[in-house]
Formats: sequence, C-alpha cells, structure tokens
Amino acid sequence: MSESKAPGSVSKALNVAWIRPFLLLIFIVVAWDVAIRLFRIPAYQVPAPGDVVAVLWNDWPELLRQAWPTTYATLGGFLLSAAFGIPVAMLIAGSKTIESYVYPLLVFSQSVPKVAIAPLFVVWFGFGIVPKIIAAFLLGFFPVVVSAVQGFKSVDPDMVDLARAMQGSRFHVFCAVNLPHAMPSIFSGLKVSVTLAVVGAVVGEFVGSNSGIGYVLQRSIGTFDLPTMFAALVILALLGVILFWVVDRIERLVIPWHVSQREDIIFAA
Amino acid sequence: MNPATKTSDINQPAAHLRVVSDRTASATSGIQLSGVSKTYRSRDGEVPSLRPLDFHINEGEFFVVVGPSGCGKSTLLKMISGLLPPSTGEILVEGEKVTSPHGNVGIVFQNSLLLPWRNILSNVMLPIDMKRLPRDEYLPRAKALLKMVGLEGFERKLPWQLSGGMQQRASICRALVHDPKIILMDEPFGALDAMTRERMNVELMRIQRETRKTVLLITHSIPEAVFLADRVLVMTERPGAIAAIYDVPMPRPRSLDSMADPVFTDLVQRIRKHFFTQGTLD
Repeated sequence: MSESKAPGSVSKALNVAWIRPFLLLIFIVVAWDVAIRLFRIPAYQVPAPGDVVAVLWNDWPELLRQAWPTTYATLGGFLLSAAFGIPVAMLIAGSKTIESYVYPLLVFSQSVPKVAIAPLFVVWFGFGIVPKIIAAFLLGFFPVVVSAVQGFKSVDPDMVDLARAMQGSRFHVFCAVNLPHAMPSIFSGLKVSVTLAVVGAVVGEFVGSNSGIGYVLQRSIGTFDLPTMFAALVILALLGVILFWVVDRIERLVIPWHVSQREDIIFAA
Repeated sequence: MNPATKTSDINQPAAHLRVVSDRTASATSGIQLSGVSKTYRSRDGEVPSLRPLDFHINEGEFFVVVGPSGCGKSTLLKMISGLLPPSTGEILVEGEKVTSPHGNVGIVFQNSLLLPWRNILSNVMLPIDMKRLPRDEYLPRAKALLKMVGLEGFERKLPWQLSGGMQQRASICRALVHDPKIILMDEPFGALDAMTRERMNVELMRIQRETRKTVLLITHSIPEAVFLADRVLVMTERPGAIAAIYDVPMPRPRSLDSMADPVFTDLVQRIRKHFFTQGTLD
C-alpha cells in the first residue's frame, strides 16, 4: 500500500483544479525566458519575465492603486449590462414584435467598433469614471442579451402549457418556469460579459483618463517602458480571472441543479 | 348519426364486440364535445387540424384516443384543458363551458417535464403553487401520492437522479396533486422502454381505479389503448376525425394476461385495420 501511495499523491496533486493551468503558466514563462535568451530578443521588443516580475514587485502599491478605478469601471459596466441586458432579453423573447424591431438594431449596434466611438463619450461625459463605465457596459451588454434570449426561448412550450393549464398567471409561470430555465444561459452570458467589461473599461481609459490600468498601459507604451506595460497586462488578466471566478461562484450558488454543476452534488443513495 | 357507423363495414363485427358505443351521455358530468373543430392559420392559409368532433367522456371513464401522427390528438388535449380555443363548437367539462384554463385537469406529457431545479416533492407541488392553493394543506397529499406510486424516500431527490419510469410516475403525481376531475395524458409512456412501459400501464390502471379519475389518454400504441381503455376512439389522418369508437368489454382488474384474451386480440386487429386501409401505420 505504501508503495502505491507516492504516485497516488502526485496524481492527486495534479487533480487540484488550479494546479494544471498554473503548471502550464510556469512552462510558458520559462519558454518565454529561454526564447529571449536564445534569440537575443532586445528588451525594447519583448521584456524578460524577470523584469516584469521585478516591476510587479516594486511597483505593486502603485499598480494596485491604479487597478481600483479600472475595477470600479468594469464592475459598473458589468452590473449595468446585467441590469439592462436581462430585461431587454425578456422583452425580446417575450414578444415577436419587439424582437423584430429591436434585435436587428442591436446586432447592428454591436458591429460598431467601441474604440472608435469611445472618444465621443469623453466629449459627452468628461474625464471621470462615466465614459469608462459606458464603454464597459457597451462591450458587456450584447453577450448577456444574446445568451439570455437563447435561454428564455429554449423553454419547452409543453412545460409552459402545463403551468398555464394549472391557472398560473403569466408572471407566476415566468418566475416558476421561464426564468429559472434561462439561468444557465444567462450565467454563461454574464461570464463572457464580465471579461469583456474589463476590455471595455481599458478602452475607456485609453481614450481619456488619468487613472486606471489602461492609463498605465498608455503611458508605458509612450515611454517604451515594456516591463511596466507587461506588468499592467498581468494585472488586467488577473482582474479578468478574479471577476470571472466570482461570477462562476455565484453561478454555483444560484443554479446548483444544473448539468454543469452535477459532479458537486453528493449522492445520498 | 354517429360517425362510427360509416366504418362498420370494415369487418363484420364479431359477436362479442359492440362496434358503436352505446353509453348514455350526461350533460353535467364528464367531458362533452359538440361540433368541436380546429383550424390553424399559417402562412400558407388555413390548415384544418381537427374536423368537427362530437363525443362524450363519462365521469370516471378511461377513454383512449389512438390515431396516426399529426391527426390533431394533442390539439384535442390542449382544447380540453382550455389552453387553446376551438375554432367551432364547444367543450363542456363537468357541465361548464371551457373558455380559458380551468385548472380542473392534470396533464401528463410524453416527457415527464419535471423542473430540474425543483426536487421531486416540490415538482409534484407545482400545480399547488400555480393555483396559489395553501401549500401546507396539500403537502401530505403530495407525499401520499408519491407513496402510492412507489416513490417514497425520493421526495428530496432531483429529477435527473431518477430513472425515466420514476420521473414519469412523479409527473403522474403532479397531475393528481390538486385533485382534478380529469387527467389528460399525451403519449405518457412513449419515451419509455417496452418493459417499463408495460409495467407503467398496469400501474396507471391501478392508479385510475384507486383515484376514480376520468382519464383521457392519447397513444400511438393500439395494444396499449385496448389494454387500458373502457372505450377507444380511433382517429383518421389529418385533418383528424372520428373513425370509430369501440367499447372494450374486458372485465377489470386486468393484468398483462388480458392481452392473450381473444376479445383483446380481436379488438386490436379491428383497430389496426383502420390504419391499414388508410395506408398508414404509425
């Protein structure tokens, strides 16, 4: 028994969810470092990982201070896209007329590049947090609507009939059947939305801001301070991962019954 | 004139068969359909789904409708439950005209349609929630029903943790929990394997005897129809109409052995002929 224990514990360690991507990350960083040494890539093109880590270590308080405005803008835009996206999806799924008016325009508006119109928000709303929130909202809104519409529409019509035949009011049936049914789709939309909202916030900071990670990026590109720029990218990626993880946790709390969560349910029999 | 008479020349009726049902109708109980038809409007114009139907289902009767695919059987069910208004004619349930969902029915579909986020007990309680009846009052009834179908101890399970047959039994409990007069079943065992299906047939017959509900069951399976029914309504192809109504003069309780009864086999043969002469067997 004791002989088979050692490989068992290694594979057990490999099975911890966060170990695998972490191992891959270490591998990528090592490959990055080796590539720079091997091909003699100059520091003004790609910085060495060591330099990036050094910046992260030394400038951590400053980077963290700059991360907060970006986080607020991201969360603001994300919450707005959830608050507007889900009701809009309800309307689109609930009425063919509304769908025929709104949906094509929504797709059309989605095709407008946000980076191109972001300066306009600065003109309208100044240099504060508002244009950033709007940029984050515009990027995050669409995936929520598309997923939620799909979720609301995929309800089995027989199920709705069954509830209606029991004299459930429209609102009652919606709350008991349609809304919970759409939850998994809504959450997959929210997860895409939250990562896009990070991008939106940075876009907002690019075009007009004097704070935030986007501003740090902009400034470090201007001065060819590549280690700082890469450090800022790492912070952004971390921000995206953390927010994604938070939404994922909430999803597990809200829809523990869904197929994707079933492995977590402990059987009694 | 009863539409069934026009098909009585398909075969000379055997001595023990009454081809044309002669049950007396009562206006104040059961389900009464008078001149009920349904025509759908679609882009290609009007599509007739059901030709005018006249028949009466007695209270406490097990009434089975067989017919080919797309003959409007499901439309019939939706109209009786009040989800769909008939194009012409009127439907009386317990003497009252159906104009909107009246809640005096329990419905079982081919898929159990249990809500995956509710456990079995609260799935069974769905009609109570929809009708906004007091939960406390009906909870013991829901538990008793689950016990009757052999699902005691599964109240807290989620639907996917149960087998297909168990899920369908739970959905039968859901149809019964608010104590409706009528149970409507749309191919309730169509998705089950043959062995489970036979067992469910026996079980359903027992449940019907215990609860004394009026059951309207729709099926594709002729043996299933004859096995379960007091009367079998045979429908024609789309647009659906009544081809014949047969009495099933087999004593109850029936067991699977009843399927060897000559009355049973004769009746199955006769009903099958309707679909052979029409060129479809589905």
